[in-house]
Amino acid sequence: MNIRKMTAQLILSALCLGLTSWAIAADKIKVGFVSTLSGPSSALGTDIRDAFMLAVKLNGGKLGGLPAEVLIGDDQFKPDVAKELFEKMVQKDHVDFMTGVVFSNIMLAALPATEDTGIFYLSPNAAPSPLAGKQCSANFFAVSWPNDAYHEAAGQYATNKGVKSAYLMAPNYQAGQDSLAGFKRFYKGKILGEVYTKLGQLDYSAELAEIRAAKPEVLYVFLPGGPGVNFIKQFVAAGLAKDTKLLVPGFGADQDIIRGVGADMMGIFDTSHWGLDLPNAANKKFVAEFEKEYKRLPTLYAAQGYDTALLIDAAVRASSGNLADKDQLRKNLKDAKFASVRGDFKFNTNHYPIQNYYLREVQKDGQGRLINKIVGQPIMTNHGDAYVQDCPLR
Amino acid sequence: MSSILLIEQALNGLQFGLMLFLLASGLTLVFGIMDMINLAHGALYMVGAFLAAWLYPLIDSFALSVALAMVLTAGIGMIMEVTLLRPLYARDHLSQVLATFALILILNESVKMVWGTDLPLSAPAALSGPIEILPGLLYPSYRLMLIGMGSVLALALYLLVNHTKLGAWVRAGASDRQMAMSMGINIKRLFTAVFGLGAAMCAFSGAMLAPLLAVQVGMGENILILAFVVIVIGGIGSIWGAFVGSILVGVVDTLGRGLLPHVLGLFLPPLWASAAGPSLASILVYVLMAGVLFYKPQGLFSSNN
Repeated sequence: MNIRKMTAQLILSALCLGLTSWAIAADKIKVGFVSTLSGPSSALGTDIRDAFMLAVKLNGGKLGGLPAEVLIGDDQFKPDVAKELFEKMVQKDHVDFMTGVVFSNIMLAALPATEDTGIFYLSPNAAPSPLAGKQCSANFFAVSWPNDAYHEAAGQYATNKGVKSAYLMAPNYQAGQDSLAGFKRFYKGKILGEVYTKLGQLDYSAELAEIRAAKPEVLYVFLPGGPGVNFIKQFVAAGLAKDTKLLVPGFGADQDIIRGVGADMMGIFDTSHWGLDLPNAANKKFVAEFEKEYKRLPTLYAAQGYDTALLIDAAVRASSGNLADKDQLRKNLKDAKFASVRGDFKFNTNHYPIQNYYLREVQKDGQGRLINKIVGQPIMTNHGDAYVQDCPLR
Repeated sequence: MSSILLIEQALNGLQFGLMLFLLASGLTLVFGIMDMINLAHGALYMVGAFLAAWLYPLIDSFALSVALAMVLTAGIGMIMEVTLLRPLYARDHLSQVLATFALILILNESVKMVWGTDLPLSAPAALSGPIEILPGLLYPSYRLMLIGMGSVLALALYLLVNHTKLGAWVRAGASDRQMAMSMGINIKRLFTAVFGLGAAMCAFSGAMLAPLLAVQVGMGENILILAFVVIVIGGIGSIWGAFVGSILVGVVDTLGRGLLPHVLGLFLPPLWASAAGPSLASILVYVLMAGVLFYKPQGLFSSNN
């Protein structure tokens, strides 16, 4: 190939690239989806992906009226792998939106790849507090719930119930410390103990002995994934369940944990912004279609993945398919009107949601399966986060 | 600090220590007799757990599936020893470390191909509840069973090594291999047997701990580090040393996690105590190891001086 031919081709491809941004309505929409899809923690990312793809499928393969192409990548639970995938999808595949990551630490490592590119990141799960406050970003939207929110709701529930003494436990890392801080922000009773365990610890015999000696009324535990399954099993096997009520954040007692623990989950309380039995039409459709498609019940992660797809759909539709006008698209994302499976919610100025939080209890449904049922009225209504005043976005 | 809490923590430490011992005893004999560093010992622990978790739903008997897993893992271990490890005995420790590390990776990926990254395994229903062993002290029946079975196996191993002919050969091999060989002991065959026995113990502790922990790829690596700490403390090649080391590590680790925050709370502000407690507790066993090595560089009960 000679130099002239190469130059001509380069100019031509540059022209083509330029042309796409002149076009009023794009002819298709590209979404980059990076999540943890292998390894012990893969159940969460898989649920988000499956629900996201379900929403696209139910929409006739389109998002916002445009044919949708979803590029899927597996971060293998490794921040560096996620970062590479982000860079590839942003620079090489020219996606319009990025989404998918489950874990805060992985998302924070990968997110800089979208900086200054005008690409929106819609988080289907991770919503760390720094990004809600000082470091908030115009192109970041948390479709899920602020990282503290479930813990705040749990603290509020314990206060509402007049719980006199609580014992708190979390792994010894940032999210673990944040979770207990969130609980304490709204819990007014006495705290008998606050224990930080090694991250990834599987045997809790020493901690359970301490809890037995402390005799708390409520035990609040933040242990996501496999360690959570172990802890609940050991808690019940140690005979602690009859004196101490176990309270966990929503993901600590969701369908994936129920599958792992089994019958011992009965009667455990948790807090969430969503439930299988929320009585709105969008949720009924989602739960029924998800079960039909994948032969299992959706978790709250699935609900978040589904909502993320609906959000893209609504915003792009409001922009009449114009993906080039980023400011308009941003405004349409923030004000998006769509039937969320969680019921009504809206985005705060920091692009974190303001919404209701519910108490759920693990009970048997009509078919004898263990599911989370919403109990009573919302614990918190139209609840935002504690960091929004530090965010310069208005 | 009530006495009930202390008793419960002591039982927890004993249970953990006994399970560590089953792992460390095989490791220390392999190291002591053949001067062979076998990093893949933890992989056998994983294989045992996966075999038990796979067999339990098929044959519907927990005891039988653990026993079968022990036999199968012993078989796998012996095949591994004869085919792969034997050529390594004459090589230096670096080659052994590299080769057995490769074995870890190969076994991890093979297990992943056969069974996936994890398998569920729950204790039998009869052992899933607590038992009241003292007024006011409920203790999980499964852990109690682990203490019982672990003690029986440890005793059996002690009798085997100290009061049988086979044991005498093993001890002879461990203290002076050359001399033992010139006295007519077939060290090769003896070693294959010891390796198989070690693998069976691995499988037992993997399968028995699985309902408390998890059956997953890579489960052997974490506990292998502790097993090495145990044999370094106890003295390489010594069964008695491995036993004392295991119980020490088990009790120190468990009591440390429970008591350290209280102890620190006596002279530090609460915030500092709760921050430093868990970090200090997780390095406590290594502090113990460093302390033992300072006074006894060969470990507490070294078999070859």
